[in-house]
Amino acid sequence: MRVPAAFEYERAESVPHALALLARHGSEARVVAGGHSLLPMMKLRLAQPACLIDINGLTGLSYIREEAGQLRLGAMTRHAELLASALAARHFPLLGDAERVIADPIVRNRGTIGGSLCQADPAEDLSAAFAAAKALAVIEGGGGIRTVPIAEFHRGPYETAVAPDELLTEVRLPIRPGAGSAYEKVERRVGDWAIAAVGAVVWLEGDVVQDVGIGLAAVGAPHFHAAEAEAALRGRAPDAAAIAAAAALAAEHARPTADQRGPVDYKRHLVGELTGRALRRAVARARGREG
Amino acid sequence: MTVVGERPNPVGFGRMLRKEDVRFVRGKGQYVDDIQLPGMLHGAILRSPHAHARLVSVDTSAAEAHPGVRAVITGKTLEGLKLAWMPSLSHDVVAVLATDKVRFQGQEVAFVVADDHYTARDALELIQVEYEPLPPVIDARRALDPGAPVIRDDIAGKQDNHIFDWEAGDRARTDAVFAGAEVVVSQEMLYPRVHPAPMETCGAVAHLDKVSGKLTIWSTTQAPHAHRTLYALVAGLPEHKIRVVSPDIGGGFGNKVGIYPGYVLAIVGSIVTGRPVKWVEDRSENLMSTSFARDYHMRGEIAATREGKILALRVDVLADHGAFNNTAQPSKFPAGFFHIFTGSYDLQAAHCQVRGVYTNKAPGGVAYACSFRVTEAVYLIERMVDCLAAELHIDPAELRLRNLLRPEQFPYTCATGWEYDSGDYPRALRLAMEIAGYAELRREQAERRQRGELMGIGVSFFTETVGAGPKKHMDILGLGMADGCELRVHPTGKAVVRLSVQTQGQGHETTFAQIISEVTGIPPEDVEVVHGDTDNTPFGLGTYGSRSTPVSGAAAAVAAQRVRDKARIITSAMLECAPEDLEWEKGRWFVRGDPTRGKTIQEAAFAAHGSLELPEGVEGHLDASCVYDPPNLTYPFGAYICVVDVDRGTGKVTVRRFIAVDDCGPRINPMIVEGQVHGGLADGVGMALMEAMAFDEDGNHLGSSFMDYLLPTSMECPSWETGETVTPSPHHPLGCKGVGESATVGSPPAVVNAVLDAIGVRHADMPLTPAQVWRAMNGRPYRTDLAIP
Repeated sequence: MRVPAAFEYERAESVPHALALLARHGSEARVVAGGHSLLPMMKLRLAQPACLIDINGLTGLSYIREEAGQLRLGAMTRHAELLASALAARHFPLLGDAERVIADPIVRNRGTIGGSLCQADPAEDLSAAFAAAKALAVIEGGGGIRTVPIAEFHRGPYETAVAPDELLTEVRLPIRPGAGSAYEKVERRVGDWAIAAVGAVVWLEGDVVQDVGIGLAAVGAPHFHAAEAEAALRGRAPDAAAIAAAAALAAEHARPTADQRGPVDYKRHLVGELTGRALRRAVARARGREG
Repeated sequence: MTVVGERPNPVGFGRMLRKEDVRFVRGKGQYVDDIQLPGMLHGAILRSPHAHARLVSVDTSAAEAHPGVRAVITGKTLEGLKLAWMPSLSHDVVAVLATDKVRFQGQEVAFVVADDHYTARDALELIQVEYEPLPPVIDARRALDPGAPVIRDDIAGKQDNHIFDWEAGDRARTDAVFAGAEVVVSQEMLYPRVHPAPMETCGAVAHLDKVSGKLTIWSTTQAPHAHRTLYALVAGLPEHKIRVVSPDIGGGFGNKVGIYPGYVLAIVGSIVTGRPVKWVEDRSENLMSTSFARDYHMRGEIAATREGKILALRVDVLADHGAFNNTAQPSKFPAGFFHIFTGSYDLQAAHCQVRGVYTNKAPGGVAYACSFRVTEAVYLIERMVDCLAAELHIDPAELRLRNLLRPEQFPYTCATGWEYDSGDYPRALRLAMEIAGYAELRREQAERRQRGELMGIGVSFFTETVGAGPKKHMDILGLGMADGCELRVHPTGKAVVRLSVQTQGQGHETTFAQIISEVTGIPPEDVEVVHGDTDNTPFGLGTYGSRSTPVSGAAAAVAAQRVRDKARIITSAMLECAPEDLEWEKGRWFVRGDPTRGKTIQEAAFAAHGSLELPEGVEGHLDASCVYDPPNLTYPFGAYICVVDVDRGTGKVTVRRFIAVDDCGPRINPMIVEGQVHGGLADGVGMALMEAMAFDEDGNHLGSSFMDYLLPTSMECPSWETGETVTPSPHHPLGCKGVGESATVGSPPAVVNAVLDAIGVRHADMPLTPAQVWRAMNGRPYRTDLAIP
């Protein structure tokens, strides 16, 4: 049995309490939510935080609601809750697509969306889905509340805009008309991290792509984002040629690295293949076809 | 779904719930890690981060000063005890703790014994080891290159990484058949290094009682008696003062056959501290350092006529044995039973040569339900047959039907000398094809191809050789492979049977009770099965290689037969008639011609313990024992068909159907057999599609956790479709053949053949992950033993 090094443990009673604990323990402390990334790293002793601040008591951060033209997800929402949410599925079916292929039911029952985002694993699925949805991250700290576009949230692998004395509290997805979305992922086995994954959201105005978001996981895309592909599709009719062109751009600009999930050429191919599939399904959904 | 348990248990063979599951489903199993002894200490092993490095110094002072640490043991400590090295099971030695060099990543360097597990682990980080890194040998194909670093410089005069050359079959005759053949197809293939990955990792609790001088070792062992003898020989302890207990074991699959350094270290820890010491490895330790399986680089050549008559097979194997040659198999067979690679076909000639080499990887090599390398053999022949089918444009099932051994050819001696005991192969393949709807599947495949969809149908036919083995041919380090069994019937007709083999999940407590029941008529619930404790069971070599039923099962049947025979004499005394006048019906002897006059086995048992006057020379009680030396191995076989769909855009494989027809002779408990087949089929899907241990150029293990070493889940497995034929073994007392490994042996080629059939590619190495399938479709499959480039 792997066992972690010694650490202190604090249980936060409220967001202000959590922030006070973070301020007191400094950068040696780590917040634990679902713990499905942090605890394995601690058992492997890759992470040796001096103190764990447990925020599982912050049930007020667990919600999925529509407010002010946004789908708002509390940071402590469990993956299983997002998967089960009819509200989320109605506005952003890609969230359900993604959740169905995140880890396994045991992890989804405990893991949180805030934890996933803050872990900032380069292969993390929701980060790509939120990038496609052009989400906003709500971050609270001693200085108050700030809102950060998802494109600025990730600073690199395992690095985010959340400072050591801050807490991610909410994710907001703007609800706009004409939307359709889908998430496509290829994994070696159920529960594995993605070899490559693509989330796509289109907002159609008649036959034209008024706006589009394309998020990529596990392929080295800066901020999980396929900016060039989005730009190529925006303002065009989403026909086969336009989608193929966008898919090709996404593949071209991805920066995958070889590992035991696959070589670079295959991963790049997958980005194109999955971008095409995700866009086609997103467009079909925007047009009211195909669940 | 079959509902069991809602009807009475069978008397003898038949479906019944497993007796042992009563404790498992209640969480009352007792595994090694559940053992708690007063004053017990906990050990942890420091392991090498390098694949190959000189050990410059090991400073344990900070660890020894850490509160709660009771002892820190290094290679130097063990040198003083002459225990730094131990003999391997293959004429080599294995380092218990490194003294001169480390030779694979994860090798044992030091052992900490502390008050608790956390303290032991914390103290590992305080040990300062200075390494001088050396260039490693990772690619087995370059292990014999001139100038390759010499791994085993501990062996006097060793100048290279060569271990052995071994051959079987008739080379000249085979070459002659090849020279005259109309068609020759050759193919290189790798059976990658995989791991048994049992749910329970390896561990031991050792307790040397200083008063009695008795050493008790509870350990995860598939072979407790063999371990006891080896401990006695290695450590110089008297054998009667050693007791090895194999409690509940959470899966073995060959991973728990050998003796690991951790077991020895737990013993040393107990000797040094005078207290019981527990050591249980974690998952990464299990994957990185314990017995792997396979790692055979094979080149096959098959010779045939244009009409598809297979004539001969020639095989060249490069075997990667890791840093120490510690494969576990009958000692005369360095390549295990690989030379059964002629498979299920009638060949004129065959020859193989196997060359073993050292690399900077963990030792082991025979594990994961492989029947001593029959797995590699079946994979080779079944891939070669498919390659030939593709070359000749003959349907692979049809090609097999043309070449399978015919029932009238048994017993059949193959070109490499094995005597196949029995079989009806065409019947099994035809049944599998019927269940699959083979012709209809081929029609569907053609239609889908028209639409651009990739569907594949894969066939494999395997013959297993299990139940090692006849003492005159087979031993492990001089210990013959016969098994003992003792049966004692109590006065009230209940019984206890003591086995030399023990279960790691196979269900011995149920099936051995059923064997006794089949022969004596005592209900299986009345038979207590004792196993896994050397002080309480007769000697035998343990459970692996599907040998429990063929060897110990036969021993139990013979012991039961002896009890039944003795009951006949007792009954004759009770009825005052001659034993010859009695007839047997299950559970009862009765007077021929007068069925009302008879005595049940229970009545005979009571009389045997009572005042009944027995004939001259017949002792009382109703006990018997047997040491069974099998006259031959048993040869279970099967026909498997796999149907897959491949996503052309992503390379992702979905196993749609899997049909498995197995013939293991009469089935003692069909439910247990089906469960073993299901498990083995899942193993096959895993190896074919996702499992492999690759190493990067520095020797880093790239599959050292379940994040990286992927085991299949129910999501990757279809609903298995099983069928059976029954061809009894002519030499086993009950006709039974071992089946524990059949599906693991037979299924990987079916899956691989199906995938390659779908994508129209001659060969690509396992595992056929989406990336490998896509690369194969594009004509560029990669090597799966190295880091993906």
